[in-house]
Amino acid sequence: MAGVGGGNDFQWCFSQVKGAIDEDVAEADIISTVEFNYSGDLLATGDKGGRVVIFQREQESKNRPLSRGEYNVYSTFQSHEPEFDYLKSLEIEEKINKIRWLPQQNAAHFLLSTNDKTIKLWKISERDKRAEGYNLKDEDGRLRDPFRITSLRVPVLMPMDLMVEASPRRIFANAHTYHINSISVNSDHETYLSADDLRINLWHLEITDRSFNIVDIKPANMEELTEVITAAECHPHQCNVFVYSSSKGTIRLCDMRASALCDRHSKFFEEPEDPSSRSFFSEIISSISDVKFSHSGRYMMTRDYLSVKVWDLNMENRPVETYQVHEYLRSKLCSLYENDCIFDKFECCWNGSDSAIMTGSYNNFFRMFDRNTRRDITLEASRENSKPRAILKPRKVCTGGKRKKDEISVDSLDFNKKILHTAWHPKENVIAVAATNNLYIFQDKIN
Amino acid sequence: MINTMECGVDAQSLISISLRKIHNSRTQRGGIKLHKNLLVSFVLRNARQVYMNEKYAEIYRMQQYEEVMTVCNEIQELNPLELAEDCEEQTGECCGSGAGTESASLCGALLPSSNQAAQPALLQTSACASALSLRADEGCKETDSSFYRSCCAEAYPVSNCEFSPVNSMHCNKTTVLDLDTHVVTTVENGYLHQDCCASLQHCCQGAQTPAKKRKVDFGYYVSEIEEVPDFTPCKRTKYEDCSYANSDHLDTSNISNLISIFGSGFSGLVSRQTDFEQAFNGQFCSKQALASLGAWTRAIVAF
Repeated sequence: MAGVGGGNDFQWCFSQVKGAIDEDVAEADIISTVEFNYSGDLLATGDKGGRVVIFQREQESKNRPLSRGEYNVYSTFQSHEPEFDYLKSLEIEEKINKIRWLPQQNAAHFLLSTNDKTIKLWKISERDKRAEGYNLKDEDGRLRDPFRITSLRVPVLMPMDLMVEASPRRIFANAHTYHINSISVNSDHETYLSADDLRINLWHLEITDRSFNIVDIKPANMEELTEVITAAECHPHQCNVFVYSSSKGTIRLCDMRASALCDRHSKFFEEPEDPSSRSFFSEIISSISDVKFSHSGRYMMTRDYLSVKVWDLNMENRPVETYQVHEYLRSKLCSLYENDCIFDKFECCWNGSDSAIMTGSYNNFFRMFDRNTRRDITLEASRENSKPRAILKPRKVCTGGKRKKDEISVDSLDFNKKILHTAWHPKENVIAVAATNNLYIFQDKIN
Repeated sequence: MINTMECGVDAQSLISISLRKIHNSRTQRGGIKLHKNLLVSFVLRNARQVYMNEKYAEIYRMQQYEEVMTVCNEIQELNPLELAEDCEEQTGECCGSGAGTESASLCGALLPSSNQAAQPALLQTSACASALSLRADEGCKETDSSFYRSCCAEAYPVSNCEFSPVNSMHCNKTTVLDLDTHVVTTVENGYLHQDCCASLQHCCQGAQTPAKKRKVDFGYYVSEIEEVPDFTPCKRTKYEDCSYANSDHLDTSNISNLISIFGSGFSGLVSRQTDFEQAFNGQFCSKQALASLGAWTRAIVAF
């Protein structure tokens, strides 16, 4: 379906960029999560300021057949506010860690958004009609004196400008002591899981005052702590199966039918470490920052600091595919540790057909790997390549020796420009790439 | 094994960087990040591991160096010329015909004032015993001898066999001069004599002169040593008892133990103490050996 470029059949083009152009980036505007909904018509972003911005794809119009539907702002709302835990004297950041859409069941759209402590279910609905002719209210909303009403009338619905409303329908709070890193909607569309550093809870979407703890890796003595949960996801088809990754580079697959508490895994995925490559930072770079099931449910993908690995759920002892994202950084780990970049948590995503995977890197580079042809490509999200339908030129990092033209040396990479969050349209070759405070949308070239 | 080659920062810097990160995390917005701090603690552990390994290696090297330098300093305080004359006398008197010249030349070669840049720690005594521990046995194992000598300096490539005429009685002789007590001890056939000069008293008179000078010093050392058990300097009589009691059972391996203990300093002593005690049937001899270390004991006390 989709090639990753470099060949004769596929190329990526710039489509849109959202966000301010200013060099001076406000911390609150930094995008912290990106997610397409199930149909791909809606694209949600969350930022560090606790805001959620939803883009909707315009219907393809006959007037402009060459351009696919563009994404325009559909709704913006403040999902989370900064809070203060008075008992622990801790400030709770409003940063949106994850957004997950629920499958659409009616005209409204539902999504889950979470910060470090609280998950909220939002309903996004449209209103294009307004009732007019109330008996007890004036048109401007003032209450009428009931004694002055002499006649009754039936209110009628009048058309109005489209208004998109976002309202919090459920608030799932007080269930996580540690920082929430993942939420995942189950395939039964009734439950979802939320994971923090040490625990995973299972919720029902309708019930907010309790949740089931299904994984707890907190040791009796915290001094014995050796690993934390870094990501979790429900299986796309089997509602009893979920996986969670750890800071030690392992993935555990659990079956909720086996027991109520899934501390004991059903499958344990780990690739043995190469002892010759051991360094001061071995533990850090092996920590998994993201785990994603393929759409088929047969594979899963994990991202650690330097690579992306594809695992077959039927084989636990090693991944079936390993892709190096930016191996040239291995010799720079010391510097990356000093400037904290080594702690960056990159995400990864599958395309709709599971034939390609994508992940981000530094210098606003992002990488795509074609699993069939084993080709890979590096592209850049930059304002310089932001002409409509401009074809993205593949980028290359020079790792040593003489730098060729158009190559960039490792030392010239801008580590402040990092692409941590990417999303791939579930059906088409449209990708959303978050570059700090800007959202880039690319699509394939229409032949 | 942690590969530190690729890292441009040393372990100590990493430790300080990591500690700073942990400290800063306490004031970060949103509270302490458990995941990040856990990863930082791993780096801290790895850096500490490397740092400790390096430190231990350095301490061990420093220890060796200190012991060597201490002994060397003591050597420099002695009058080398006096000892050379004594040596020649002793050679002539004790070793019979034909051997004197050789011994003298050997003695001369072994003198600290000779061309050798760094002199061995333990010095000339009587002719019956060579100044250095020449562990002469059937195999002429130079390695042990050189090891013994190397506690202060480079090894002397002196073949043991050269001394066979000097050691007219036996080839299996090792002589040690305690720089503090100035007790000369000969280990013969693995049998620890109190002093080869016990039977040849006059040979050692010259050697004893410096001992008299240093008596006071040693008394000072004794008081320090008393604090440390097992390092009590033993009297000669006990030494004799020990030696004579075990005359028949010891082999040259015990000599090598003794030599290697002397050569490896305190750490070697500690590790081999058990073997040594076993070798001498758990008698006082371990204490004797320990007491004979002289400079070693000072280093131990200082430690």
